[in-house]
Parts: sequence; C-alpha cells; structure tokens
Amino acid sequence: MNKSIIAAAVTLAAATASTQAMARDSVWIAGSSTVFPFSTTVAETFGRETSFPTPKVEALGTGGGFKIFCSGVGVDKPDISNASRAIKLSEFDECQANGVTEITEVKIGYDGIAIANSKQSPVIDLNLAELWLALAKDIPNEAGEFVANPYRKWSEINPDLPDVAIEVLGPPPTSGTRDAFVEIAMEGGCNTFDAVKALKDSDKDKHKAVCHGIREDGAFIEAGENDNLIVQKIVANPNAIGIFGFSFLDQNTDTIQGTLIDGIEPTFESIADGSYPVARSIYFYVKNAHVGTIPGIQEYVVEFTSDKAWGPEGYLVDKGLIPLPDAMRASMGADAQALTPMTAPAN
Amino acid sequence: MNKTPAAGAPPKRAIDIVNASLKRRYARERRFRFIGLSAVILGLSFVGLLFADIIAKGHSAFVQTYIQLPVHFEAAVLDPDGSRNPEVLARANYQQLIRDALRTEFPGVTDRRETRTLYSMISVGAPTQLRDRVLANPDLIGTTQDVWLLADDDIDMLVKGHIDRGLPENQRRVKDQAVGWVEQLEAQGRIAKRFNTIFFTNGTSREPELAGIAGALMGSFYTLILTLLFAFPIGVGAAIYLEEFAPKNRWTDLIEVNINNLAAVPSIVFGLLGLAVFISVFGVPRSTPLVAALVLTLMTLPTIIIASRAALKSVPPSIREAALGVGASPLQTQIHHVLPLAMPGMLTGTIIGMAQALGETAPLLMIGMIAFIVEIPSGFTSPSTVLPVQIFLWADSPERAFVERTSAAIMVLLAFLILMNLTAVLLRRRFERRW
Repeated sequence: MNKSIIAAAVTLAAATASTQAMARDSVWIAGSSTVFPFSTTVAETFGRETSFPTPKVEALGTGGGFKIFCSGVGVDKPDISNASRAIKLSEFDECQANGVTEITEVKIGYDGIAIANSKQSPVIDLNLAELWLALAKDIPNEAGEFVANPYRKWSEINPDLPDVAIEVLGPPPTSGTRDAFVEIAMEGGCNTFDAVKALKDSDKDKHKAVCHGIREDGAFIEAGENDNLIVQKIVANPNAIGIFGFSFLDQNTDTIQGTLIDGIEPTFESIADGSYPVARSIYFYVKNAHVGTIPGIQEYVVEFTSDKAWGPEGYLVDKGLIPLPDAMRASMGADAQALTPMTAPAN
Repeated sequence: MNKTPAAGAPPKRAIDIVNASLKRRYARERRFRFIGLSAVILGLSFVGLLFADIIAKGHSAFVQTYIQLPVHFEAAVLDPDGSRNPEVLARANYQQLIRDALRTEFPGVTDRRETRTLYSMISVGAPTQLRDRVLANPDLIGTTQDVWLLADDDIDMLVKGHIDRGLPENQRRVKDQAVGWVEQLEAQGRIAKRFNTIFFTNGTSREPELAGIAGALMGSFYTLILTLLFAFPIGVGAAIYLEEFAPKNRWTDLIEVNINNLAAVPSIVFGLLGLAVFISVFGVPRSTPLVAALVLTLMTLPTIIIASRAALKSVPPSIREAALGVGASPLQTQIHHVLPLAMPGMLTGTIIGMAQALGETAPLLMIGMIAFIVEIPSGFTSPSTVLPVQIFLWADSPERAFVERTSAAIMVLLAFLILMNLTAVLLRRRFERRW
C-alpha cells in the first residue's frame, strides 16, 4: 500500500514541474496591506464583471512587495505591486538591474492615519510638537542637549492636556502605517524644535535617529499589525490613545473619536483637501513587460482608474479610500491607462 | 541506632512518630489534590471562556439578513431584442431592476445623496442573485416577483442588533433615514434572517455578506491530503528504519537528537526554508496547496516519526522473535507482524500532526498564502489559501460584519480540529493493544 502512495507522490511532484512551464492566466498583485482592501475590492469587481479570472492579491507589506516585484520578469513574478509610499530610488534601481525597466506608477488616493481615543474620554487636541514630545525617545532639554524623554503624563507637556499617563498603542516597525506615522507625524513634530532642526544640516544620521526614535520605556506600546485589536484596546482603556489607519476610525465612530491634530479633525474631507497633516499617498506599480503576456493587467488598471471605482462616489470610497482631486485623477488615470512608464524617483 | 534514649524519657516507638506526622501528611496530600484540581478547573474555565466568547460573537454569522422587494423583471432591460439568448441575459443590467424596485418602494426619495444611501441597502451581490434566477428560468422576464434580496452588511449588522439604534445619529454607521426604512420594512415583514448558505459555498470577498469559507476549506483540504501523502510514508519509513534496522551508533544518535530538535523548531523557519528551497530553487508555484503541503510535511515529520517510533517500541520483542523463529525474514517480520500492531499508534501520531498542520499559519506567511483569492481552488496547483489564514485576513478587515464572520470561521476550524483529535482518541481506544 505504501508503495502506491509513494508512487502517487512522485507523480504529483513531477506534474508540478510541468505546470511551472505553463503561463499564468490570472493577474498577480502583491504588496502593501494598506492598499490590500482597495486592491482586493477592485480585483473582486473585476473578476465578477469581466470574463477574466479574479486576480490574486497578496499582502506582503510595501517593502516585501517591491522586493519580489523587482526580482525580475516572468510568470513567476508579480505583475503589480501595491505600495503605501512611493517607490524608493534603491528599489527602482533594483528593478532596473533585474530587467524590470518599464514601470507605470499610479497614485490612487490618500490614506489618513488616525490618532484616536475612546468616546468615554474627552476629545484631545494635540499639535505635532506635543505628539513628538510624548513619543520621542530622546528630546532636547533647555540647554539643547538630548536627554531621555522625561514626560510621564500628558499634562506635563502642556497643562491643557489631560492629567493622565501617556499610553499610546501603535503598530510595530514592520508596518507601513508605522513608517508613515514616523515620517509624517514624528518628523513634522521634531522639526519644530530649533535644536533638532539645526541637526539636519550638521548631522543627518543623528537627526533621523532623534526624529524617528520612538520611546521604549512603556509609554508607547506596540500592539501588533492588527488595527482592530488596537481599536478594541482603546475602547477598553479610556486613557489610552491608538494609532491606526483612518478606515478603522471611520468604521468605529460609535465607540472611538479622532484626536484633533493642529486643530484639525481626521475626517474624509479634511484628509482629501490636505488640511489634516497626518496623511499619505498610496500607489500601485505596473510591470509593463507583463502587459500582453498575462491577460487582464491593462483591463484591471482601467477598472481601478475608472470613476466608478476611484471617483468621489466610487465603490472604493465606501471602503475608505480618499480620492485624488478631480484634475489630478483625470491626468493620473490617462497616464495609467496608457501605461506611461515612470522616470527614476528623486530618492 | 547507637544512641541510647535519655534516662527517664519513655522510649519513642516508630508508630508514635508515624502517628504524629500522619495529620501533616494527610494535609499535604489534600493540598496537592486541591492544587491539581484547581489547575484543571482554571484551565477548563479558560477554554470555556474562549469558546463562550467565540460562540457569542460568531453564532449570528450563520444567519444572514434578506430584504423582500417586488422586482419587476423588465423585458426592455434584460432582453431588449427578445431572443432569450443566455449571453445577453447574463450581461444585462440587473442592478437597474433592484434600483427601480427600491425607488418604487420608497417613492419619496429623490435627493442624490439619499438615493445613494437607499441603493446601498442591498448588497452588491444581489444582481448576481437575480441573474442566476433569470438564467435558470427565463420565463420570469416580464413578470413581477417578490424576491428576497441579500442585504448590505451594514443593514445586516443593524438588523442583528450589532449597531445600537439608541445611539445619537452621528455615532452610528447607519443613519436615521436608513433605520427608518429598515423599520418600515420590518413592520411589513419584509426583512428576514435566513440560514447563511453563502458562508459555506462562497470563496472570500471584500463584502462581508458575500464572504464565505468554501475557498479556504478546499485549500485546507487539498493541503492536508498532500501533507498526508508526503508525510505519512516518509515518517513511517524513517521510523521503521531507525527503530528496527539502523545500527545503534554515533550517527543514529545524532539523527535522533536532530529529529527531536526539529520538533521544537519554530514553524516560521520551515516557511523560510520553503521559500528559499521549494520556491526559489525548485520553482514550485507560490500560494498553492502543493508548496504549502511540502512545508507542512517538513513541519509534521518529526511529530510523526517520534510517535511512530514510540508505537514500534511498544510492540513486545516476543512478537518479532516468534516471527523470526518460524522463518520470516526481518522485512516480513516488520510488514506482517510489527507494523500492523504499531499502526494505531502511528495513525494517532499522524492525525495529531495533521491537526497541527491544519491550524498552522506562520510557515504559510512566507510562501504567498496570505492572499486574497476569490475563486475556490480546483486542484493542488491552483492558488489558494487555508482556513487559519482566512481567519487572520478577516480579523484584520475594518468592516464590522467581519467580526462575527471571523468567529464563525474559528468555530468551523475548531470543529474540524476537535473531530480530528476525537478520531485519534477513538482509534487508540479501539485498536490499541496492551501486553
């Protein structure tokens, strides 16, 4: 009996080798977990409404997506990479070196990062400088020297803030949301201090370390990649503050409220018009060399960039996408559908 | 012994010493039993709490809200040229029918924003529902039928009571107006909760009301079948060789230590190995049950080998000696006598290994299984995901309605795990022989 089982296993293994040579018939998308909900919604609609099979969407994170996207051309490499930030020059070069020469960059909209607390507590009004003072690892003292962050309570930073311990739940370093939070909110906050700003010219590495360093003494708690978990934890603990994607705030407005940043509330409108400071652009990148070989890539791009998907009243808006302004959307859509390749990014 | 008792004091008898300490010994015994019992009770209550939480959250996912509307199957929309051509019927605008039905039902709604809200009460999957009906029975065209249409997930949550109608409007996802419509429909008996077949027949979806576990279940099924095919023969073969044939020397000792160590290696390491070896070197396609099975085989092999060796060890040497004594070759001895007696133990070990593989997510992270795959996998090399990964992906989705579906999927996974472990226990009870 065992012999026949082994024989079956060997046959199967051999069968795999032959399937490898076969072409792939569905589009393969990989990358950011922030873009994942939008990408999958388009993929599903695309599969339902066209004769093409539903694309496969993998959530690998932005960096992981680019790594595999840029590893070459061929059916065993993805066709589209989702990203919650623009491609870096190093990644672009990696792509070029591996023969992925023509890439179409499509900016699809904005994603806000919400800072929120439980509805049982009052709304908090912060500016970026206060946020940075609360979360930074080292902060400048009066003499301009950097010391370990002494603040334990919000009220020590600003007497108007609540008299409770600083307790912030946020994503771990592997998350794109954390990258964006650090780059936009933390860096924005730290540059308001002259001592830090001076570092930017004198010691770039030190400046980055100071601005991007998040305290590790327990005031900032890494709560895992799961944003739902952070929401549940801040609901359970009214004194804690959470950091997560805007769509999670939008879905839970009955239990949590957004913190005002520089006096601006995180809402759909304030992110779309750019007044809410902690927002970022999200993208996808198309490997032009695969268009024509793998069926459906161009059609997927057309579906994504149609007004019924990414427009102000499109179905992606229901999923939490904040659309581009009309003029930008029109030109971006035309470039995307024509698959105009991008030039090397600035950095 | 050589000490003499002090003069005057009565000699201490052994029984007195025992009697004096007896009370303490009993107390110690009772304490130990109490601690043991409370450990068991504590463990059980945690399991009970976990189950109660999952069931409380998940049970409502097994029903789904439907809204009954009179839908007019307008011939001009569905079949303008009257040919009844299935291709034309398949591509017709069924959305239009639903929108017309909603507008007829709520004639007061004219504002653009309000109509949008009105349309969004019905799921985006409802047009497909109508299409399937028409394709199955083209005679419907031109008639008006009362159809139970799939409700949107927000309405579903509202009807199930997961959205509190008592909250102020700005804190609620479903606004007063929509609540009013729902209450009107409820009063007319046009809202009903029915058994959620979609949950068991559909692949995943971004729309909670259309999301099902069929794709993930099939993926898990194909993966487990292959894992069993790979791991069982290799594991049993290795165990027989190591236990019965291999010489006992330094090399076999080294192998044994390594197998025991492998059983304790974090499973993510097997995923990294799978990515580096199976995908990059051998070109096994990503995200398929085949590559998942190869990785999980590596993970479960130590479990199977260790269990199989234990099963072989428990077969008394007299069986082997008797077989050899009547002239059987060593191979015949193993295959005809030892293996059948050890089989129940080996199967138990294998089932436990399979149950472990069924619940595993970490090694699959690296080999492309964390993916959105709508189509139900049709074979060993079609892209697929597995049940625990599906749970992981749903748990991470912002939509409220995924909370209950996540718990429901956990219930299905737990049911399979309990079933497999029960089989292992029953097998052991039924076939195990003691000497």
